[in-house]
Amino acid sequence: MLAYIVRRLLIAIPVIFVSTILVFGMVSLSGDPLSDFKFTIKQRNSPAIAAQVIAAEEHRLRLDQPLPERYVNWISGVVLHGDFGPARHLNGSIASNLGERMLSTLQMLVLAMVLALFLAVFVGVISAVKQYSAMDYAFTFAGFLFLSMPVFWLAVLLKEFLAIRVNNALGRTVLFTIGEETPGLTGGFWTQFTDQLGHLILPTMVLAMTSYAAWSRFQRSSMLDVLNSDYVRLARAKGLSNRRVMVRHGLRTALIPLTTVVAIDFAGLLSGVIITETVFSREGMGRLLLQGIAGKDVYVVMAWLLVASVLVIVFNLIADILYALLDPRIRLD
Amino acid sequence: MAEPLLKVTGLNVSFPTDDGVVQAVRGVDYTLAAGEVLGVVGESGSGKSVTSLAVMGLLPKTAQVTGSVTFRGQEILGADEKVLQHIRGHKIAMVFQDPMTSLNPVYSVGWQIAEAVRAHDKGISKQDAMSRAVDLLTLVGIPNPSVRVAEYPHEFSGGMRQRVVIAIAMANQPDVIIADEPTTALDVTVQAQVLETLTLAQEETGAAMVLITHDLGVIAGQADRVLVMYAGKPIEIGTVDEIFYRPRMPYTLGLLGSLPRLDVVKQERLTPILGAPPSLINIPHGCPFSPRCPMSQPICDEREPALLPVDAPSGTSELPAAHAAACHFSAQLVGMAPSDLFATVSADAGLPAGEEAVAE
Amino acid sequence: MTEPTTGPTGEPTSEPTRELTPQPLSGAPRVEREFTVQTRSQWSMVLRRFLQHKAAVLSLALLVLIAIAAFAGASLWHYSYRDLTGDYSKPPSWKHPFGTDASGHDSFAQVLRGAQRSLEIALFVAIAATFIGTIAGAVAGFYGGWRDNLLMRLVDLVLTLPAIAIAAVLGHEFGGRASGWFYIALVFSALLWAPMARVIRGVTLSLREKEFVEAARALGASDSRIIFRHILPNTVGPIIVNLTIYVAVAILAETALSFVGFGVRAPDVSLGNLVSNAATAASTRPWLFYFPGLVIIMIALTINFIGDGLRDALDPTQNRVRS
Repeated sequence: MLAYIVRRLLIAIPVIFVSTILVFGMVSLSGDPLSDFKFTIKQRNSPAIAAQVIAAEEHRLRLDQPLPERYVNWISGVVLHGDFGPARHLNGSIASNLGERMLSTLQMLVLAMVLALFLAVFVGVISAVKQYSAMDYAFTFAGFLFLSMPVFWLAVLLKEFLAIRVNNALGRTVLFTIGEETPGLTGGFWTQFTDQLGHLILPTMVLAMTSYAAWSRFQRSSMLDVLNSDYVRLARAKGLSNRRVMVRHGLRTALIPLTTVVAIDFAGLLSGVIITETVFSREGMGRLLLQGIAGKDVYVVMAWLLVASVLVIVFNLIADILYALLDPRIRLD
Repeated sequence: MAEPLLKVTGLNVSFPTDDGVVQAVRGVDYTLAAGEVLGVVGESGSGKSVTSLAVMGLLPKTAQVTGSVTFRGQEILGADEKVLQHIRGHKIAMVFQDPMTSLNPVYSVGWQIAEAVRAHDKGISKQDAMSRAVDLLTLVGIPNPSVRVAEYPHEFSGGMRQRVVIAIAMANQPDVIIADEPTTALDVTVQAQVLETLTLAQEETGAAMVLITHDLGVIAGQADRVLVMYAGKPIEIGTVDEIFYRPRMPYTLGLLGSLPRLDVVKQERLTPILGAPPSLINIPHGCPFSPRCPMSQPICDEREPALLPVDAPSGTSELPAAHAAACHFSAQLVGMAPSDLFATVSADAGLPAGEEAVAE
Repeated sequence: MTEPTTGPTGEPTSEPTRELTPQPLSGAPRVEREFTVQTRSQWSMVLRRFLQHKAAVLSLALLVLIAIAAFAGASLWHYSYRDLTGDYSKPPSWKHPFGTDASGHDSFAQVLRGAQRSLEIALFVAIAATFIGTIAGAVAGFYGGWRDNLLMRLVDLVLTLPAIAIAAVLGHEFGGRASGWFYIALVFSALLWAPMARVIRGVTLSLREKEFVEAARALGASDSRIIFRHILPNTVGPIIVNLTIYVAVAILAETALSFVGFGVRAPDVSLGNLVSNAATAASTRPWLFYFPGLVIIMIALTINFIGDGLRDALDPTQNRVRS
């Protein structure tokens, strides 16, 4: 088991390494980050001063270095000093910005995943056990609907229509639609906590709804496969109660493929995060990326992609380990 | 006459599918006395597996089952789930065909045996259940059982896995063991071991056995009585000697002809039955074997023959233990050998069957 | 005398039924020796099964309607998406079925145009990604070895990064141009081929191990013959199903990208940027928000149902029992 984990770790390292090269190459080769900057500077200053200012900025961003050197400087800075490079439009270092925003993002992400998983397993199992019943059809249709719904549309829908209605009905603001917390809020831990929760509800729901749909379809078919399997039949032939067969033999085995699906979807979840943070104006990692791209802040973008890919790889690693824990067959690989 | 342990009467099973209603089992009757081995023989699709799944109540919900199955006089067909759960694994146990998929891959072998024990003995402790699992593994001949009890199914070979399944079946001293094609998925050498284990299981538990297979060789070695099924119907039933030496239905004769025999002095060529079994949707009138039967007459296509005792005039009261066959011309089959009815089909078919010495 | 009777019952196959007597040793015409034991669905059977799936058939009809409207509607409708009609922020009426926006654009024309644009991109991406993915997957699965390793590591890499992020980074540069949609489509294709490659590789791997491939080899079939005659025909099912799903995935991805401003941009129209334009005014002018979104949902929903129907039609092992 330990050997398995170590092996997966060792494979992960070169993958991360190659992805840094990929990230660096992609960003560095997608145009001149200073094109707008140069334009405005040249407009406002004499050519001589403009040239100086531009040269200084180019030097700061290491654009005067050849690509390989730039890469080495960048990656060694990250690995050795935690220095992600010079930013153009940020207060403070890239690292500190990332750190603050990661908390906001991870809150939403983890909560959404847990919610989506519960929903998916619940719906998937019921649909499978009561196959072809009215409930199954209803769940299936709902699943398809949410699968086909754009994240951004659902987000705006909930923000503009649901939040207002619910808040009015309850007489006070329960569902917040902007940011992570109410600015200037005083009060103890509990007040802060419920306030943050109130800000989390809607974005989490949006993220969860779109993920649960795909996972529940998958769980349903996985559960159906398992329910029709020989070992479930043997379990019933042993005289075990229905509940025990369903949970111990059915669900337990049907959950295994779900880990793979969730792992694969994680990258997609990150995409969803970007959208949701935009709609709900949360200062998370997603907004950082978009701001970085719009502002041609190359080091910010590279940092984001690097962190994102490390997150995905780490997550996949966790999923792999979980899979090995759940399924003894692959431990001997 | 002693009350039979298991009595199946008029069992009918059909499945609705997109292509039509599949009549998998059409009127099966048999009885099983304590301690005896009933072999059920038939091709794939003859309904033999479905019959035993019906007995255990393990058919999918969409199956339509009619008829009667009584165990020790108690009706269990369509009985309440609680009743069935008490019977399964405790009074009637089952061994399935494919050992590679019968065991749950995520639990250890010992855990799965212990689970069977604890299901019917609520008071037993986990340790005791596990040590019983070790005992059972020893019984079925798994080497090093105290170590292997914690191992997972994928660490066992096919034959060993099947022995584990047999151990599970034996765990609660059942009265009946139903073995559904227990050796079909295994190599021939391993088959012998598994059959031995089955016999051992029977001796240990004193259980009666229903042994379902398409392999007549397996039947010959194990069964006391034989039920031959074709296209969902029983077409002959009798003791193993009666079936093997005095078959009275052309299908049985054909089956025997396709089987190489070591107990016959004069070597005959194999005489296979040509064609294939009929579709179970829209079964035509008359005898289902008629299209493939060399003796077929017009009456065979019009009227389906009933399963009647062969040596008594029709209309006598049914004797469950009697040799019975479903053929209009069953009397004509007395003393026939397979080659009398079926022709040899091979490259050198021009040569008279049986006269060329193939190998001495 | 006995004689061979009816062939195997059940579904008719397009392959010659196995003969019961061996070939005569002389003179007889040579019979096709290779037969695939795998029963391949005939297309008519597939069609029949598909037609039984009511949701899928309905969805197909709807989708065709939407596609026709999107591609032909622009020339048929009397407003163009660029026209400033002078009716500002009007709710839906007979003149403007989807209402108008603050600048006076006819929303119906815009939605038609947006649907066209989004569908164009989605179709391109689906076809390109499928093409690349199938080749990559087949090569990886069939040959194994270093080719497999290399391709699968590439797939891993591509799958590591969130699609929208990459598309935003790459598309930002080129998206603003008139032909920007093409670059966006390219970027998405370069990302979406990866899951398809995985699927095809899996199917190829399992097919490669089947006995009929071994049998074909034993009869002297070459690699390409095996791939084209035996393996690829059996991958058509998953290919078609995934291709269909990809169109939906691509539409959702492109509209999302356009929503955040990095995809199709003004003056061009995508269903995504229509929604983003309407987001702030969603409560005061809901028609601008609802219609583009509903069209996206309709397209993706119908595609998903069609994909489901195709999956059922192509996979005969799923026996749907009538209740």
